[in-house]
Amino acid sequence: MTTFTTLENFGHSLKAQSYLVQPRSTDEIYETFRLAKRDGLTVTARGAGRSYNDAAMNGGGIVLDLSAMDKILEWDSSTGQVRCEAGVTLRQLWQRVLPDGWWPPVVSGTMTTTLGGCLGANIHGKNNFRMGTIGEHVIEFTAILPTGAEITCSPKKNADLFYAMIGGYGMLGVFTSVTLQMKRMHSGLLEVHAWPTRTLKEQLHSLEDGAPKFDYIVGWLDCITVGHGQIHAANYLHEGDDPDARKTMKLDFQSLPSRMFGVFPKSLLHIFMTPFMNNFGTWGVNTAKYIASLRRHTFRQSHAAFHFLLDYVPNWELSYGRAGLIQYQSFLPKETALHAWTEMLSLAKKRGLPSYLGVTKRHRPDKFLLTHAVDGFSLAMDFKVTDANRARLFQLTQEFDRIVLEAGGRFYFAKNSETTAETARAFYGEETVAKFKKLKKRCDPNGLLESDLYRRIFG
Amino acid sequence: MTSSLTPATPLQPRKRAIIVGACGGLGTALSRKLAREGWTLALLSRREDCPTDLAAELNTDGVTRAIAYQHNVTDYAEVPSLLTRIIADLGGLDLLIFNAGINLPPGLEKMSAENDIKMVEVNLLGAIAWLAPVGDLMKDAKNGMLVGISSVAGDRGRIANPGYNTSKAGLTTYLEALRNRLTRHGVHVLTVKPGFMATEMLRASQGPKPFTVSPERAADDIYKAILKRKQTIYTHPIWGWIMLAIQHVPSVVFRRLSF
Repeated sequence: MTTFTTLENFGHSLKAQSYLVQPRSTDEIYETFRLAKRDGLTVTARGAGRSYNDAAMNGGGIVLDLSAMDKILEWDSSTGQVRCEAGVTLRQLWQRVLPDGWWPPVVSGTMTTTLGGCLGANIHGKNNFRMGTIGEHVIEFTAILPTGAEITCSPKKNADLFYAMIGGYGMLGVFTSVTLQMKRMHSGLLEVHAWPTRTLKEQLHSLEDGAPKFDYIVGWLDCITVGHGQIHAANYLHEGDDPDARKTMKLDFQSLPSRMFGVFPKSLLHIFMTPFMNNFGTWGVNTAKYIASLRRHTFRQSHAAFHFLLDYVPNWELSYGRAGLIQYQSFLPKETALHAWTEMLSLAKKRGLPSYLGVTKRHRPDKFLLTHAVDGFSLAMDFKVTDANRARLFQLTQEFDRIVLEAGGRFYFAKNSETTAETARAFYGEETVAKFKKLKKRCDPNGLLESDLYRRIFG
Repeated sequence: MTSSLTPATPLQPRKRAIIVGACGGLGTALSRKLAREGWTLALLSRREDCPTDLAAELNTDGVTRAIAYQHNVTDYAEVPSLLTRIIADLGGLDLLIFNAGINLPPGLEKMSAENDIKMVEVNLLGAIAWLAPVGDLMKDAKNGMLVGISSVAGDRGRIANPGYNTSKAGLTTYLEALRNRLTRHGVHVLTVKPGFMATEMLRASQGPKPFTVSPERAADDIYKAILKRKQTIYTHPIWGWIMLAIQHVPSVVFRRLSF
């Protein structure tokens, strides 16, 4: 069943019409490839559509919506191994494994993402410095290639494809099932430490010093005053630390409240955020937030509440208005990060285009072909898009790209929407691009798998 | 054909339009206007060289703003596959302008069934072949706008050109029906009724030509109506009043008039 549909990215900043197909089996995916070839169309896999850019967009082409392939196929609560179809979401996954005392080793900031999407982008969490990306916890996956071949990959079997398809944004094949290793938990709570940081320098120091001591660490950066911030760092509880472990690992304990103060529905909250989505409003909100964060404190928080901040206010992205938002994330080596970001933040301020949300994390490199990771830090910045600022914001992203490239940085393609093919080639390196293109030719000789992202960075 | 366009991004978005009949006076003016306003265009014409030349004219500074396709609107069977190809090339579709039309007046002495059929085939059936499938796609996508270039000639059947009157009356009614069908699905339909316009086609009609507008002026009027999501416009606007009067001329008088 094919429907011509207008699809959007997560930030509601990009819209295009595509033929949406919702396969329920590997055969139906293959059938779609066959039809695409016949009609001269391209195909893009899409999970929950939570990329901020064009990774799951294919204007004028076919989009394979895998969300109907959402069965958890096997779950072994003694070993913590789980085998899922690619459309299973992180929500389904943690809700299945936590009551048995397990948790996904790597999660994104929203639980609505699908495992296929998580593997495609090779997502990381607030524990990237310790646990790496989700790909490092994949025992094996199966995928279908546009040629019709069904393959199984693991770090040992078809290793070249294993390391290229994870983080390959669905440009080589479509994931059909994933086997993941979960992590043992002794509580449904985390011990969270929060403290303020006065400058970017102090924040990066906090991340670097804090990383060895914590299981998770993440920073909030006020990009309007430039420098004020807050660190949240968390540790797992050890066996015996939580006397109510059985209870805290239950689902009703973990569920995010749907109302504020027990009355106000959070689904409407984004409407009340809209008036603050301007330079002055965000300055006020950020300042209030910073003042509130000055109190250093330690508390226990559920896994769901700590990890899935993006789900805390439903549809928060809508508060950015009609033209949506973009996220600009850069990954920089720890030696150059401070200097480059100081330059970028002051440039944004000078141009009158400050980011309304800055998030910093600590990272380490990994072995995946199209990796975005570095031994250093990342800074993600959300920018409101308007008809009036589009051209200037585009210029700013291009200036940012130059600064990041010079500082030896990298980009992450679940996020950045304006990176050009030239910039992508520069940070991946010719050798990596050649290697990827060779694999592309092997997996997809007719060039059927193409997203707008593919055409943008490899076209 | 793979598109020569770079994909749209949030900060470099794209509005995509198909112009069927891009090479006449109005088609060219509309193409230039939309390209100036930042649209990306598929230019269709039955002529071979013209859409390519027009696209080349619009694609300056290394920016692709238009892609040319050769297509005869009476080749109805070709439409579905061509449409798929164009939507893939443009990366989506926001607007269809059906502007193809011919005018072959028979003169007052003798009718020409052959010419009348030809006009209906191009002006009406050609339009249906495009409007119906594009309307269906836009309905599914809950997005888009259809523009049909009809004519004041469709408002009343007159002695000089029954075939042309019929083709445009049919087109006007078809567009109205589509509007009624599609508005509830978020698709907008605009009927454009030009009076006299200074184009090649005008040479075919005889008699006085009051309120003649340039195709550029008409293109500006149409573009404004697109932005304002109007339902029907006359260009020059005074034709709205003239046709209102003409529509109310009783048949007993109208039969005796010489136009």
